[in-house]
Amino acid sequence: MIFNKKFETMPEKELKALQLERLKWTVHHAYDNCSYYREKYDKAGFHPDQLKTLDDMRRVPFQTKQEMRDNYPFGLFAVPLKDVVRVHSSSGTTGNATVVGYTRNDLSIFSELVARSLAAAGADENDIVQVAFGYGLFTGGLGLHYGAERLGAMTVPISAGNTDRQVMLIKDYGTTLLVCTPSFALNIADFIEKKMPDFDIKQTSLRIGVFGAEPWSESMRDEIEARLGIKAYDIYGLSEVMGPGVSSECSEKTGLHVNEDHFYVEVIDPETGEVLPEGEMGEIVYTSLTKEAFPNIRYRSRDITRLFHDSCKCGRTFVKMEKVTGRSDDMLIIRGVNVFPSQIEDVLISVEGTDPHYQIIVDRKKALDDIEVVVEVNEKLFSDEVKVMDAIKRDISDRFKKSLGISAKITLVEPMTIARSEGKAVRVIDKRNI
Amino acid sequence: MNVTQLSVFLENRPGHLQNILRILSENDINITALTISETAEYGVVRMIVNDAERAGIILKKNNITSRTTEVIAIEIDDRPGSLYGVMDAFSRRDMNIEYMYAFPGKNDEKSIMIFRFDDIDAAKEALLAEYYHILEMTDIIGEH
Repeated sequence: MIFNKKFETMPEKELKALQLERLKWTVHHAYDNCSYYREKYDKAGFHPDQLKTLDDMRRVPFQTKQEMRDNYPFGLFAVPLKDVVRVHSSSGTTGNATVVGYTRNDLSIFSELVARSLAAAGADENDIVQVAFGYGLFTGGLGLHYGAERLGAMTVPISAGNTDRQVMLIKDYGTTLLVCTPSFALNIADFIEKKMPDFDIKQTSLRIGVFGAEPWSESMRDEIEARLGIKAYDIYGLSEVMGPGVSSECSEKTGLHVNEDHFYVEVIDPETGEVLPEGEMGEIVYTSLTKEAFPNIRYRSRDITRLFHDSCKCGRTFVKMEKVTGRSDDMLIIRGVNVFPSQIEDVLISVEGTDPHYQIIVDRKKALDDIEVVVEVNEKLFSDEVKVMDAIKRDISDRFKKSLGISAKITLVEPMTIARSEGKAVRVIDKRNI
Repeated sequence: MNVTQLSVFLENRPGHLQNILRILSENDINITALTISETAEYGVVRMIVNDAERAGIILKKNNITSRTTEVIAIEIDDRPGSLYGVMDAFSRRDMNIEYMYAFPGKNDEKSIMIFRFDDIDAAKEALLAEYYHILEMTDIIGEH
């Protein structure tokens, strides 16, 4: 089902004209109402009036996550705070949080785009949607919640975690559509197979899964579909841009349609910043077309993908992006939390005696991401008392929990254990098959 | 004078202890006593050796982390109840032992006890007050 036929199937020429008109509005809006943009563009010698064609977008300076952090919390808002009705904050640490604001109109569009995504996965008002994304500052829970309501589905706001209760509601309520991270979907499958051997999930009404907030592969999709007896679809978004619903898969599962009436996308060479021709792999860059509170103008997502048109059988004319599985920086997404190796380094440095020699091993065991931090024990860290060593491990682990919000297993190893390439320790090993 | 113990960090994996022993043997370091406190993933090897300072330097050159720690060594009679008596001296003073180990002394009638305290001076005072003989490094390893 196509939720908004007028826009989702709009002919290319008409769509381009709409995009240009909305781009001009966005750039003017940011320039006129947010001093940060005005100063930035004046300094770069750019004025919104120079934007005459879509190609002129190449002249507009990029926006980075660092700018968002520098303007924490509300410095990039382009409307007075009285017009902001909600904020969300990116996952990751409190220290590096980015805050995104929404006007009533922004939220209405957010809800519609999520409703479009659910419809693209085959849902309608007859569905019972169990939202097992976390509710809170994270865009996933509330984003899917209001999108499911907009679709007219019966919405079950169970939030994340609590696996046995998730299964109970699937059974008792007759949930037809489950929304969560792909790793949590596998966690549910594990739980049923281990703890409820007499229960057959395939006998329930559950038929669709809409999964996002972390990268996942085709093989993971196959596994989820086989074990839960459902069809699994990818929903994509970035909290810095809006949240889930920026793009999503349709029945064809051959890429995610970008909601191009609300976002203008480019793929660039992450090294040079040059715009690449359609079809080439690079970093995807987002410009919002209708956002009032928090406009994005050429936001560098760091997500690596490619864009392509393939006259999709579903009827949508929107460009498709490939499933994102890589990044142009070294950011890790662990259980939906964004983690940069530099943040791990900061935690370790805060512990007296720890060396910069550490390694991060990310693995997906029993469907959930595990993070192991391997630390080389030097003279400063070492004690002849085991209780002191264990206290150090606990201290490091507590600091991870506190500043990154993730539980990490700390492993102490002998010096020079961590492989060094050209003298520098190899920092991150990602063993996940994604 | 206290007794200097050499403590070495090692991973709980095959071959790792042997590697340390090879390095020490190649450098003429003699081990008089050795004990290991182990966890699932790592262990701490505690040794009384003939030259702890030099052993530490050699191990560091081989990328092995170690440190020297001051411990107390006393000689006790090799008979029932003698360790109990020492414990009594500590517990009456509410003193906590971090760890301890024993090995036979050069004299057949005696055993040597090693104690690790956070406050080594207070522990020595307690032992002296109860007339225990506190050993020096040379009492254990001989002159070298």
